[in-house]
Amino acid sequence: MSEYNFNNSDKDGYVLEIKDLEVIYETDLETVHAVNNVSFSVRAGETFGLVGETGAGKTTTALSILRLLPDRTGKVTKGEIFFNGENLLELSDEVMRKEINGERVSMIFQDPMTSLNPIMNVGEQIYEALKYHNPEKKTKEELEKRVEETLELVGIPKKRKNEYPHQFSGGMKQRVIIAIALACKPELLIADEPTTALDVTIQAQVLAMMSELNEKLGTATILITHDLGVVANMCDDAAVMYAGELVELGTVEDIFESEDHHPYTVGLFGSIPNLDEERERLQPIEGLMPDPTALPFGCHFQDRCPYCFDRCINEHPQLLKLSDTHSIRCHLFSDKALEVNHD
Amino acid sequence: MLRYIGKRLLQMIPVLIGIAFIIFFIMDFTPGDPARLILGQSATAEAVEQLTEEMGLNDSFFTRFFRYIYNAVVNLDFGVSYRTMKPVFDDVFTRFPVSIYIALCGMIGSTLFGIPLGVLSAVKQYSKLDTAVNVVAMTMVAMPPFWVAMVLILVFSLYLGVLPSAGATTWIHYILPTITLTLANGSAVLRITRSSMLETIRMDYVRTAQAKGVPRRVIIFKHAFKNALLPVITTVGYIFGSLLGGAIICETVFAMPGLGSLIVLSIKMKDIPVVMASIILLALSYGVIMLIVDLMYAFIDPRIKAKYQRG
Repeated sequence: MSEYNFNNSDKDGYVLEIKDLEVIYETDLETVHAVNNVSFSVRAGETFGLVGETGAGKTTTALSILRLLPDRTGKVTKGEIFFNGENLLELSDEVMRKEINGERVSMIFQDPMTSLNPIMNVGEQIYEALKYHNPEKKTKEELEKRVEETLELVGIPKKRKNEYPHQFSGGMKQRVIIAIALACKPELLIADEPTTALDVTIQAQVLAMMSELNEKLGTATILITHDLGVVANMCDDAAVMYAGELVELGTVEDIFESEDHHPYTVGLFGSIPNLDEERERLQPIEGLMPDPTALPFGCHFQDRCPYCFDRCINEHPQLLKLSDTHSIRCHLFSDKALEVNHD
Repeated sequence: MLRYIGKRLLQMIPVLIGIAFIIFFIMDFTPGDPARLILGQSATAEAVEQLTEEMGLNDSFFTRFFRYIYNAVVNLDFGVSYRTMKPVFDDVFTRFPVSIYIALCGMIGSTLFGIPLGVLSAVKQYSKLDTAVNVVAMTMVAMPPFWVAMVLILVFSLYLGVLPSAGATTWIHYILPTITLTLANGSAVLRITRSSMLETIRMDYVRTAQAKGVPRRVIIFKHAFKNALLPVITTVGYIFGSLLGGAIICETVFAMPGLGSLIVLSIKMKDIPVVMASIILLALSYGVIMLIVDLMYAFIDPRIKAKYQRG
C-alpha cells in the first residue's frame, strides 16, 4: 500500500480516492491488463484531467468507479475506490444503483449520438434519473419542474423536453446527456471525452458550459480526454496515463510548465501543432502502445522511448515524487526524486 | 399519417393486379379442362366443346385475363366456382374466418412463447438457462409440424380423449392446432427476440441508463426490449401472414375448413375462379398486415413516425 497525498495533506477534502486499482478483461483466450496500479485522488470541486491515447485505460478506470465494467469479462482484481471515505467496490449492486450511480456519481459518455435512447423523449430520459433517486418523495410535478430547470441549465429551452434525440443536433444531444448527469446534482461527475465527437466550435461551447456549471454547482469532475488543450483550459490537476498506468501526475502547472516530464508526456506535446514555433512537421510518437495482454517487464514505454537505457528494460519504474504535487514514473528522474512511491 | 396510409393502400392495387396476372398465367399452364371437370367423365365431346365456348375459354389468354380483371374491378364479380357452380365468395368467405382464427392462434401462441423466453435467454446469455432455451428452440425447428400434429392427436384425442381431433366449430378445436403452430413458429420469434435483445442490451444508451441508476428490470424492458421490438414485430407479422393461407398441414391433419386447403383442392380441380379469388384475398390481407406492421414501427420509433409524417 502506498501513500498518495500529492496535493495537500487535508485528506478529508477528497471526494474520490483511488488506490492501487487493477482491472483486467478476461476471456477464455486472453487476459487484457487494462488498468495497472492506478492511484489518484480528486478534491471536492476540483477538475481532474485524465489524459492518454486510445486504449490507455482511461474509460476502464472511469467505468470501475461506477462499477459498470462489462459483466462477465471486466474484473477489478486489486485496489480500492473510496468515495467520501466509503469503498465503492464493497457496496452491494443494489446500494450502488440506488445511492451512488446517477445520484452522487454520474457519467457523461463519449458519443452523444448513441448514448441517448432513440425512442424516449429527452425530458423522460432526464426524468428517469430523478425518479429513481427521489428520497424526499417529491411529486411528479416537482420532478417535472426539475427536468425543465435542468434543461434550461444546459441551455436547452424547456419546451423542447418532449422532443426525441433525433430532433437534436450533436452538440444539443451532448447537452442533454450533461443534463441527465447533472439532474441529481452529483458530488462527482465523470466526463469521458465529452467533446471528442463534436466539432470544434461546439466543443468550445460545451466545455465553457461545463466549467460554468462546475463553478455553479461545486461538483468535482474527472475529465477524460486525449486533448491537452482541454486539460490546460479546464483542469486543476491532471494525470497522464499510458498502457494502464499513470506515468505522470501533477497540477496543471506541473504538467504544462515544469522542466521535468515523462518522455511520453513530452511526446504528447510534440504531437500538438504549435503556432508560435516554426516547425516543418508534427512529431508523432513512433510505434504503438504495448500489447495489453503481454505487457513488457520493465517500463511500459520502453519500445517508444528515445531515452531508453538498460534499467528501463530490466526494472519496472516506480512513481517518483519530484515535488509535493508532481510525480513521474521514469528512471531518468531517480536522482531528482524526493521519495519513491512503491506500487 | 393518413396520407401515408392512403398512399400505401393505393400502392396495393398494382401489386394485386400483378399477382392476379401471375396466378392466371400459371393456372393457364396447368393441365386439365374445366368444362370436362364440370360436366364429368361421361359427358360427350360436343357438350364439353359447347360449354368451353360458352365460358369463353376458347378466347386468347389476354382476352380472358382482361375480362376477368374488368369483371372483378368494375362489377366486383369474381365469377362462379367450377366445382360448386356458386359465386366464389360463398366458399371463400365461409372459410376465411377459420383461416384467420388459425393464424391468430398460431401468431399469439408463438409470440407468448417466443418473446419471454427470447428476452430471458438474452438477459442470461451463456447461462445454463440460455443453453436450455436454445436446445428447446432447435428441437422445435427440427420437429415437422405434421408429425407433431399427429402425435398430439394420438395423445390428447385418442389416449386421453380430452380434446377433439377434427373440426373447427368451438374454441376447444383450436387448442391442438395452436400447440402445433406454436411449436412450428415459436422458435423463429424466440431466436429473433434473443438476437435483437443481445444487440440492444449492448447499446450505449443502456449503459447510460445503468449510469443513471435505473433498476435492471426497467433497463431490460423500457430501454433494451422496446428498442429490440422492430424485427420481432416484422417476424410476428410475417408468421401471421404466412399462416393465413399456409397452414395447410394443420388444416388437413385437424380437418379444419380453412382457406389453405380450399386453395389446394381448387388447384387440383382447376377451379380457376376460386384459386384467383382466394389468392387475391390472401394477398390483400398480407398487404394490410404489412401496413399494420409498418404503422406499429411508427408507434414504437419516433424517427420512423417523423418519416411517415413527411409523406
